[in-house]
Amino acid sequence: MVKVTVDGIVVEVPSGSTVLQAAELAGREIPRFCYHERLSIAGNCRMCLVEVEKAPKPVASCAYPVADNMVVFTDSPMTREARRGVMEFLLINHPLDCPICDQGGECDLQDQAVGYGRDHSRYAENKRVVQDKNLGPLVKTVMTRCIQCTRCVRFATEIAGVPELGATARGESMEIGTYVEHALTSELSGNLIDICPVGALTSKPYSFVTRPWELKKTDSVDVMDAVGASIRIDTRGAEVLRVLPRINEDVNEEWLADKSRFAIDGLKRRRLDTPWVRRDGKLRKATWTEAFNAIAEKLHGVPGERIGAIAGDLVDAESVVALKDLMGLLGSGNLDCRQDGARIDGARRDFYTFNTSIAGIEEADALLIVGSNPRREAPLLNARIRKRQVAGPFPVAVIGAPAELTYDATWIGDGPSTLTSLLDGSHEFAAVLRDAKRPMIIVGQGAIARTDGAAVLAACWKLAAQTGALAPDWHGFNMLHIAAGRVGALDLGFLPGPNGKNLDAMMGGGVDVLWLLAADEFNMSRIGPQTFVVYQGHHGDAGAARADVILPGAAYPEKNGTYVNTEGRAQRGLFATFPPGDAREDWKILRAASTVLGKPLPYDTLEAVRARLEAANPVFSRVGQLPRFGCSDHSGPAGDPAVLGEAPFVSPVSNYYQTDPISRASATMAECAAVYQPALLIAAE
Amino acid sequence: MVDNIANGSAGKDFVQPTHFAFDDESNSEIEKVLAKYPPGKQASGSLPLLFIAQGQMRRQTGSAWIPRVAMDAVAHRLGMPPIRIYEVATFYLMFNTTPVGRYHLQLCTTTPCWLRGSDDVVAACRKFTGIEGWHETSADGLFTMTEVECLGACVNAPILQVNDDFYEDMDAARTEELLAALKRGEVPKPGSMIGRMTSAPEGGPTTLTTLNFLPAE
Amino acid sequence: MLSDQDRIFTNLYGQHDFRLAGARARGDWDGTAAIIARGREAIIDEMKASGLRGRGGAGFPTGMKWSFMPKVSDGRPAYLVINADESEPGTCKDRDIMRHDPHKLIEGSLIAAFAMGAHAAYIYIRGEYYNEAVNLQLAIDEAYDAGLVGVNAAGSGWDFEIYLHRGAGAYICGEETALLESLEGKKGMPRMKPPFPAAVGLYGCPTTVNNVETIAVAPAILRRGASWFSALGRPKNSGTKVFCISGHVNKPCNVEEELGIPLRELIDTYAGGVRGGWDNLLAIIPGGSSVPLLPKSICDTVLMDFDSLRDVKSGLGTAAVIVMDKSTDVIRAIARLSQFYKHESCGQCTPCREGTGWMMRVMQRMVQGRAEMDEIDTLEQVSKQIEGHTICALGDAAAWPVQGLIRHFRPEMEARIAEYRRSRGSPQPALAVNDALRMAAE
Repeated sequence: MVKVTVDGIVVEVPSGSTVLQAAELAGREIPRFCYHERLSIAGNCRMCLVEVEKAPKPVASCAYPVADNMVVFTDSPMTREARRGVMEFLLINHPLDCPICDQGGECDLQDQAVGYGRDHSRYAENKRVVQDKNLGPLVKTVMTRCIQCTRCVRFATEIAGVPELGATARGESMEIGTYVEHALTSELSGNLIDICPVGALTSKPYSFVTRPWELKKTDSVDVMDAVGASIRIDTRGAEVLRVLPRINEDVNEEWLADKSRFAIDGLKRRRLDTPWVRRDGKLRKATWTEAFNAIAEKLHGVPGERIGAIAGDLVDAESVVALKDLMGLLGSGNLDCRQDGARIDGARRDFYTFNTSIAGIEEADALLIVGSNPRREAPLLNARIRKRQVAGPFPVAVIGAPAELTYDATWIGDGPSTLTSLLDGSHEFAAVLRDAKRPMIIVGQGAIARTDGAAVLAACWKLAAQTGALAPDWHGFNMLHIAAGRVGALDLGFLPGPNGKNLDAMMGGGVDVLWLLAADEFNMSRIGPQTFVVYQGHHGDAGAARADVILPGAAYPEKNGTYVNTEGRAQRGLFATFPPGDAREDWKILRAASTVLGKPLPYDTLEAVRARLEAANPVFSRVGQLPRFGCSDHSGPAGDPAVLGEAPFVSPVSNYYQTDPISRASATMAECAAVYQPALLIAAE
Repeated sequence: MVDNIANGSAGKDFVQPTHFAFDDESNSEIEKVLAKYPPGKQASGSLPLLFIAQGQMRRQTGSAWIPRVAMDAVAHRLGMPPIRIYEVATFYLMFNTTPVGRYHLQLCTTTPCWLRGSDDVVAACRKFTGIEGWHETSADGLFTMTEVECLGACVNAPILQVNDDFYEDMDAARTEELLAALKRGEVPKPGSMIGRMTSAPEGGPTTLTTLNFLPAE
Repeated sequence: MLSDQDRIFTNLYGQHDFRLAGARARGDWDGTAAIIARGREAIIDEMKASGLRGRGGAGFPTGMKWSFMPKVSDGRPAYLVINADESEPGTCKDRDIMRHDPHKLIEGSLIAAFAMGAHAAYIYIRGEYYNEAVNLQLAIDEAYDAGLVGVNAAGSGWDFEIYLHRGAGAYICGEETALLESLEGKKGMPRMKPPFPAAVGLYGCPTTVNNVETIAVAPAILRRGASWFSALGRPKNSGTKVFCISGHVNKPCNVEEELGIPLRELIDTYAGGVRGGWDNLLAIIPGGSSVPLLPKSICDTVLMDFDSLRDVKSGLGTAAVIVMDKSTDVIRAIARLSQFYKHESCGQCTPCREGTGWMMRVMQRMVQGRAEMDEIDTLEQVSKQIEGHTICALGDAAAWPVQGLIRHFRPEMEARIAEYRRSRGSPQPALAVNDALRMAAE
């Protein structure tokens, strides 16, 4: 630790810290444009210049290392003069187009200009004009506004792992771009908008939509994949206009994947805003009473074992527990939340969660990925793997389809036979895992959503046990989910009860009445033609098309919901806006239905539902937290690791941009799919 | 002032080739070059390889420039992302990202050359070639005129660099003679055009005149 | 006047054979192994005692610079990098060393590398010096063939590899950390310091970057003794130096002389005097384009060394003397330098990227007089806003010529503005039509 005096305030900082870090510790704010704490230090904007005693000229505080007994002045005449000078230089070629700039109101340059700008320009020459670049359907460029801070270049290279952005030419002719015009091939491109300190990179779909001060901001959690990124939902009136990441070091740091950010226009399309009832083969608009009555009529006299329920991928735990309780009251144990048929063993929680934790990836020292393409299934988790590899040697091997990941990964096979050779030690990567102190295995849904899935799961567990990935202080077995609602449903035991039917058994007439809770991801034609289908959900997607009664529910920004991410971390999504029309929060729909069905659920308030959740599983009482744990009990999931099949593993996400009813309804995502999907498919070949 | 720092090629009327592969001569040069750098540091080869690509283009097409496919070939050879090579190729002035004529006239107009009459040399080049702007090529495709900064031969100013060679102590008449010779396909001996001994004062050295060296063993 | 016997670069003009045989005849490679046998400490001490200051422009004591290299390796190799990216307008001395006396540089490299514990050296030569690179490579190849470099170089027991690497047209690569970036295959953008190259240099390893002339004089110093070298020149400004005299002199040339020689004597003795006589002198830039110019009144008496020139608010720089006689439009001469710096700014940091273009444009108007009087003050302030606020010294180098012009020739600038006003009326810069329309639209 060294002692540094900043504006008279004495602070102790670790040696090797920068002056800027010391200043922040002392509570002094340092203006900056190029500096970003998650990116490498560039030191090019010069806005963070400060005076250091005995230094002949101001130093760039973002890069300058502290020394013991250093005396720093962040508000001295020298410092202020330096910053004023830099600000004037930044502004001479920056257009005066704040009134038509989407960054207006949340622009670092604008904010700092208030503090350090002049009241008029002394620059009498023509301003520089820079040609705009095409970075794809998500990021809009107005390159004349660029201040060449290179944050975007560093983000693309360092965090996203797609070194496609650069600064070409030099001097005042230097321009940011890809040089060859093409869309940036990253699932994290939206973050460029956040890190750009000016209006050079803004959101294309959001352009000219609104001003930040007109927005209501609601903290929430993302459901577009199973990572559960922390988000902020910006609304104006009833409309969700923007989703931005919130800082959550354990999950998404401060990044957000593109689908989570840009699929929101799907919230306005194909919405179910009124109940529907099928009469004479045709769906007709109905009142809630009519819809509930139609269900009650149909259920009358149907025994519990002929009723089934399937929970979808985006469901909140509150509605899942309500549906499970309702089914219980109706005498049904036919429950399933595994639309993809994943052979998950719900017997023990660590059989189906990402036990290392996302942040824990940074502690691992070797990784095997089985049947997953994390770049498409969980871009933020993928970024964490990249971060780990950037930090130091980190061997990564992949079994499954060869994929273009954003880090060095060795492809070692496409199917279970490679697992076998790892298990018997004949494959060299077995030694890599064994020699690692903290090895990790990630099992994707592509490895277990198949007939031999239970065997694959058991084999992966066995491999983890064999290679030291299961230790009292380290849990290296990880399941990567792609559905935000899946782990919560598993935690609530939304699986077939004793003698209950699973999804397969409910198909083809296995039940007479089937309740789909926002379930759209399986082939609806498998449902028997005589089965009466109740679809409760928010989008007119596959499930609604097959339904006999439609109950319009709420999408994630429209309800208070609890979601458990792939790590097993329970998190709360908050109500940001009302669902459209007659649509209602889902647990309330189920509560209302239960009364009509004569089996009233024992809760009337959100608090009561949540008390029920906590009673069902204590994980729901630890919202936001994730206790890390090791693994001492090596007994594995059901399934015989010896009966592996031969088919290659296939990632369940072939098209990152369209994976659920919301993103399928999004015009932005459709455009992305059109632009990127061919490229991704070619890259995969 | 027309900026000669190229940024992309928008609006330029030339065709980017669709294919480039290093030929045998280039490949053997590349091997030699890459041996200079420690293992894993082959990125150091980016400037040399771009020169090699530009040289190959001169051999093959008469125009020493680096098309985008050649940049890609360099990136591939060095295992670097193409954008890093694009950055390098556009940063350094000696890499031509657009085609140039057979004789690339690089005219230094920085102060030491200007003091000695570089304006006259420029005017003579314009008159002879018919080129009006900078980084433009004459109608016959023989000459491209580029304004360059100090070439580092200031005591022999003004300098006209033709491809790799410096022609020194230029004036308008000598420029015209030089270009006429080039047009005839002759390449005059580079160096001082007034017969000076390199950087010695005109009329011969006034120092180092008293030394006698033992003949070589 | 320096005697030929005390001149180090005895083949400055290439009147003799530049190759190994000729170099040996001139005394190069004589007893190199014995010099190395003295050991690292002794060599560095001798260099320190000689008082040699770096010949690339900054004038940092060479022996001290060498001593910054780690005495014991932490496992990383050490590198010597030779800055042969001679690009400072007015400067062409290293060119002569490399094409006419390359073995001095190669021998010096071996000794310097040994003194800093380096087994490899890279010579970064500017790309435009194509023919010079050919000569130098030939000399390197000869040295390898003769066992002077390579394994057990020159029988010294020290293994030493030396490589030539060409730049590709970027003045900024003369800045030592930009040079290292470029050598690593990147854009020549200067690094932030600290860390300094002696700690983290080429490929992240301890590195010393020295100018060609600095390295090339080392063997002579070690052979003839520090006292011989330090007896030449003036205190703290010892030794000889190659001066480049260009511009309005009768006989521009390079010449090696003692540091501290009066500027007037230098020009009159070796360059045939100022064109039209000394009284026809207007101003001189004494050390390459980056240093402020001096009006005749100072040139009359100033001595050519680091400290004397610093005392008159200029600098020795690379000892490139650019002479301007009274026919010179001095505003245009400096405006052209502003264009140079704008063109050569790497674009990395704000003050230089934006400020050099601003200064260039104002200077170009100043040439015409198309400016307001108070813009001279603005120009000076802009130059001060650049100076000292950039990552590397290019910002300072761009600012100083303009500051020198204003310091010594403000009346000329004012007269130009007044004249323009008299003849043309409004001084306001005319907006191009398109820009006017664009501004109206905004």
